[in-house]
Amino acid sequence: MQLRFNLTLGAALVIAVLLGALTAGWIAPFDPVMDADLMSSELPPGGEYLLGTDGQGRDIWSRILYGARVSLAVGVISQIINSCIGTALGISAGYFGGWWDDLVNGLTNVMLAIPSLVFALAIMAVLGPGLASLLIALGLTNWSWTCRIARSSTLSLKSQGFVQAAKTAGFSDLNIMRTQILPNILGPVLVIGTLGIGTAILAEAALSFLGIGIKPPQPSWGNMLSDARELIRAAPWAAIFPGLAIFVTVLGFNLLGDGLRDRLDPHMRTRKA
Amino acid sequence: MSRFILRRVLQMIPTILAVVLIIFVIFSVVPGSFVSSLLAEGRNVTNAQVVSHLNEQFGLDQPLPVRLWDYLSGLVQGDLGTSYRTREPVWQTIAPRLWPSIKLALAAMVLAAGVGIPLGFLAALKPGSVFDSATMVVAVSGLSLPEFWFGLLLMYAFALQLGWLPSFGYQPGSISHVILPAIALGVSPMALLARTTRSGVLDVMNADFVRTGRAKGVSEPRLVRAHVARNVLVLVLTTMGLQIGALMGQAIVIEKLFSWPGIGSLLVDSVATRDIPVVQGTVLVIVLWFLIINMLVDIAYAVIDPRIKVG
Repeated sequence: MQLRFNLTLGAALVIAVLLGALTAGWIAPFDPVMDADLMSSELPPGGEYLLGTDGQGRDIWSRILYGARVSLAVGVISQIINSCIGTALGISAGYFGGWWDDLVNGLTNVMLAIPSLVFALAIMAVLGPGLASLLIALGLTNWSWTCRIARSSTLSLKSQGFVQAAKTAGFSDLNIMRTQILPNILGPVLVIGTLGIGTAILAEAALSFLGIGIKPPQPSWGNMLSDARELIRAAPWAAIFPGLAIFVTVLGFNLLGDGLRDRLDPHMRTRKA
Repeated sequence: MSRFILRRVLQMIPTILAVVLIIFVIFSVVPGSFVSSLLAEGRNVTNAQVVSHLNEQFGLDQPLPVRLWDYLSGLVQGDLGTSYRTREPVWQTIAPRLWPSIKLALAAMVLAAGVGIPLGFLAALKPGSVFDSATMVVAVSGLSLPEFWFGLLLMYAFALQLGWLPSFGYQPGSISHVILPAIALGVSPMALLARTTRSGVLDVMNADFVRTGRAKGVSEPRLVRAHVARNVLVLVLTTMGLQIGALMGQAIVIEKLFSWPGIGSLLVDSVATRDIPVVQGTVLVIVLWFLIINMLVDIAYAVIDPRIKVG
């Protein structure tokens, strides 16, 4: 019962945020950037402004809706990049073994030793703020767990009958990896990827909060919090709601990931590194 | 055993070298050099002679392999280079930041362990109960919480509104300054520890030796104390160790939020001013902390649990 609860609530939260992001252009009552009006700054929630206004008089609800686009785009795209890198490296390392395996293993250990937020911070410092930089910084720094799982699953699959049979039948290595091994490891890769989306969204928010992610005035939940920090006494709602949006979205992906894991493999223990 | 330890120490070296190399290469492709960022700030370095003089002074006119070699040979002698900004040795900039960072990591871990382990333990004793479900909801929430937002809310409630605790800053020996950042930083390891403890206890509860004990008529409290707790301890200590190793890297945003003078806020500030030698030094310290703690955990693991192969 608990399992289905995770999956259902997680999926519901993710779908809600996704809908908000997709329909922001229609349902947002104000423009997130242009509708700044100092006469209506720091208004509390209620009335015309559902969640109140920020220091420049912009509607927080509209900015949160548009901010969802940034968070989802960064989270999902960067995690797809990570999953592709991790899967390709992990399968090939497990399949071919030898020096390639040693090299990939060494690289994975290095990636695990540098905290991904620190690594992303360094890359952002080089590339400068912006969406593209975020995708690169977060897409290249969080593939080590996928790689490990892909590698160890490939190792155990390699000796099994159907892979051996494909080899005997004269399938090329690439073909075997694609048609025999990949479908069998998609489950765990999907689980790690879903949990990773939450991590990436948190990282984007942190980087934007530090002022090196998404640059204002373009709204992102992280830079909204950064702005709100200055006026937290006067307008605490400006800090509360964007953070709540991050929390709900990440919670959605985490519940979805946990639910998928329990669904795909009831024996896998709840473990997260 | 000493051979195991030695091998474990030697294993770190290639990883450290690779980290140094990666960080070095990333920052040597920085489009804006430090000198040009001085220019951008409108400092008085507009003339080409000054620029080339500064480049020469910091060795920036040398080709990349030469600079890498200089950096590496300096590292071996414990020299992390010279800060572009303060012109002081990087090590002198970093050293006073170490203890605040370690203190914050330890304080966060004390809170995390003090709350997370009992929660996970109690939850596992009655799996499926309301308490168990509530604990797991708290745990997954803790892992989903943006910690700097949580820190900001704590600051608002306990410092600005109630005035119970200082809202930011650091004083040597002061406990009240460390409480809010430690809570904010401790939430995610707390959640992780609650989950790990719970699943560890559940595993052990179903193990044969516990069933045997129960069949023999060992009382439930004694069973939990003598058999379950002891076996879960290894798992919990490992998780704690790995988390402490990771906390210094996780703390950067919290340190910045609370103006905590640690490694993390130094890293963010140096990134902002493009003080590359300091960035390299702080990243290296964060990685070293992680690797050393991991190594200690491995060694402790081998000492505590004789089933781990030593060799």
